Amino acid sequence: MKILLQGARVICPTSNTDSIQDLLIEESVIAQMGERLSTDGVDKVIALTSDQWVIPGLVDVHVHFRDPGNSDKETTASGAAAAVAGGFTSVCVMPNTTPVIDSTPMILYLLNAARPTGIQIHPIAAVTKGLLGEEMTAMGTLKAHGAVAFSDDGRPVAKASMMRKALEYSRMFDLPIVCHAEDCSLFGNGVMHEGYYSTVLGMPGIPSVCESVIVARDIELVRYTGGRVHFAHVSSKESVSLIRKAKEEGLPVTAETTPHYLTLTDACCQDYDPDFRMNGPLRADDDQAALIQALIDGVIDVIATDHAPHTPEEKAMPFDCAPNGVIGLETSLGVMLTNFYHTGKLNPTELIQVMSSRPAEIFKLPQAGRLEVGARADIAIVDPNLEWTVDPMTFKSKSRNTPFKGQTLKGRATHTFAAGQLLFSLESEQSEAFC
Amino acid sequence: MTTNASSIPSEGTFNVGDHSSSGAFLLGQNLPLVDPALWKRRHAIDSASFTAQEVQIVLQTARSFGHILSRPIKKVPTLRGKVVVNMFYENSTRTSTSFALAAQYLSADLINFNVSTSSVKKGESLIDTAETLAAMGTDAVVIRHSSSGVCQQLANYFGDRLCILNAGDGYHDHPTQGLLDLLTIQSRLPEISGKKVVIVGDILHSRVARSNIYLLKLFGANVHVVAPATLLPVDIERLGCTAHTKIEEALDGADVVMCLRMQLERQSSGLIPAMSEYTRFYCITKERLKRHCQPNVLLMHPGPMNRGIEIASDVADDLALSLITNQVTNGVAIRMALLYLCLSTPTERSVLLRFQGDSV
Repeated sequence: MKILLQGARVICPTSNTDSIQDLLIEESVIAQMGERLSTDGVDKVIALTSDQWVIPGLVDVHVHFRDPGNSDKETTASGAAAAVAGGFTSVCVMPNTTPVIDSTPMILYLLNAARPTGIQIHPIAAVTKGLLGEEMTAMGTLKAHGAVAFSDDGRPVAKASMMRKALEYSRMFDLPIVCHAEDCSLFGNGVMHEGYYSTVLGMPGIPSVCESVIVARDIELVRYTGGRVHFAHVSSKESVSLIRKAKEEGLPVTAETTPHYLTLTDACCQDYDPDFRMNGPLRADDDQAALIQALIDGVIDVIATDHAPHTPEEKAMPFDCAPNGVIGLETSLGVMLTNFYHTGKLNPTELIQVMSSRPAEIFKLPQAGRLEVGARADIAIVDPNLEWTVDPMTFKSKSRNTPFKGQTLKGRATHTFAAGQLLFSLESEQSEAFC
Repeated sequence: MTTNASSIPSEGTFNVGDHSSSGAFLLGQNLPLVDPALWKRRHAIDSASFTAQEVQIVLQTARSFGHILSRPIKKVPTLRGKVVVNMFYENSTRTSTSFALAAQYLSADLINFNVSTSSVKKGESLIDTAETLAAMGTDAVVIRHSSSGVCQQLANYFGDRLCILNAGDGYHDHPTQGLLDLLTIQSRLPEISGKKVVIVGDILHSRVARSNIYLLKLFGANVHVVAPATLLPVDIERLGCTAHTKIEEALDGADVVMCLRMQLERQSSGLIPAMSEYTRFYCITKERLKRHCQPNVLLMHPGPMNRGIEIASDVADDLALSLITNQVTNGVAIRMALLYLCLSTPTERSVLLRFQGDSV
């Protein structure tokens, strides 16, 4: 099967490409790139315009597919369908499932579940067995079977001594520890950012220091051990400033933030809608401003969604009783294009860098984040000017818990190829909808 | 439904719960009346959203309804045929009783629906419960819940289909308490503007403090709060008050002191070291009132009181000083007013104005 993507703006930060050209997919790889490629022997030509982008498939290094254990919220299949609908072809799944991904059989289970989806699903294995913070997992063996990083995400590695050992040990395998930065005692029974709005709304607050004290601790542990930390879902200005300093010192730390921290604030909790509840919480205006600046400066390396599905029943609760988490795979690109590309804060190359190339580099995913002849054909076609309204009922995800519901966004993926297979096409979605 | 206009009290002397020389409603009656037809609300959920005009409508309506409480037969047919359900997911005696009596004095049918908070988590959702009640013909639900925001969530869901009255949600708001406190203060200090009102105690966990700050600010009061630093919420001053940790500074020149209940669990959760230490630094005593406040200072407490902890017994019992029982009486009148305003039609409300005018 040969598919020719004709006449679009091809953008790839890794190879420094940004020009109007054609791209030929042959079976699972990119066979040719260049101007006016021949259509001889091509099975399908997708004629595009210079206003459409052909980009490397997006990479989300922080998703929860709830597999195994909570197929009511999401499955590997539904999660993957949501991913391709959002332009993603590679995701890293967090290990806080039931049971936890902390052993070889669990890694094999996941990889087996991932295979039929056609996209790259990389397991992040637990740092400690059962996420209990007591005993380290067999990191070397887990890496050999496919783990790309280690994390107890959903909770922190509470003991500094355990984090120290994990950093020392993971360093041998050159894999990062993904840090969910939270001091449980400072977290208390908090349900939203501690600030003006938690006072007004009468809800227990999660102070910013709850995150930043652990960021500070782990930066010191990185300095001491030489291990590598990737900070997950950074939400506060204090954390940004600590990470900025650590990077200036040349310490091996990287960081991600989410589309919701960049575009929403704690003021959004005023209707007590649990779809605005997550951990870390939506923080204040000045936190948001610091995150935006850090993304522009490169202090924040990566956009990740922290896609955390929960059923509508679980979210139909009083705000303080509802579970933490929001989904993001199907809105991430639209939100980022609307708020960063269309506002001129990031150019297309920079945007694709933080949503594809850079996360692939940090998590060492050689088959992702690049458009090159011979590379795996993981590709998204993007119409950056297509306006659409977020309707959770049309989501591929099994869950509906998005804080972006009802928003009109500008730009989205219209086609997604993984290993040369067209797994998502907006056109066929829409024609199906009319059937 | 047609309101029986004659059911609206137009005369009578109010003296229930009136232990001091001036009754709960005697003053403030000469304030200009606002046309109650301007009332547009179906819900009473958060104090912060009330306009001064809306508050005045509630207060003047409460004043006129208050007279019913002094009658030998405390019943008018105003809300005959209406159904009010008290949904209390948190323990309460005075507020649930107050709402229940308010509904019954107005001849509404009342159901008390008591539920333990735990059943919320494992059982039916609040919306389903309320939907069930609405399907049975309920007109208004009165909700007390430990989770902030549940009334807002219900109002967002039901719109105008069901009247939602907040009887206290989490630490968020307790609008009827704020309104009854305002009515009580206004009965003694008709001009609230510029008066110093000091709220003392656990501000962090207090919906009463939040309601009072918003409503008192609306009428130009100078609101101060005082608590140990661990019981002051972040950015409380942005609500429009001045925060203190030293009781002497807070009480200085106070016209009204509002004392909050100090819960025992604040000690076990590590927010204060000991009740005795709290009492030592924050208990409202005669000596503190006399030394720092205006000579004719007024004392309030939303109840239930911990005598000897946040308030000295002789302060609570001093009728020249304490408005505590007036607060309780006014609470019934305020709740009658809100039930009436939220359940009546604009035409019915415009009829009311005439009678409120007559009662002056």
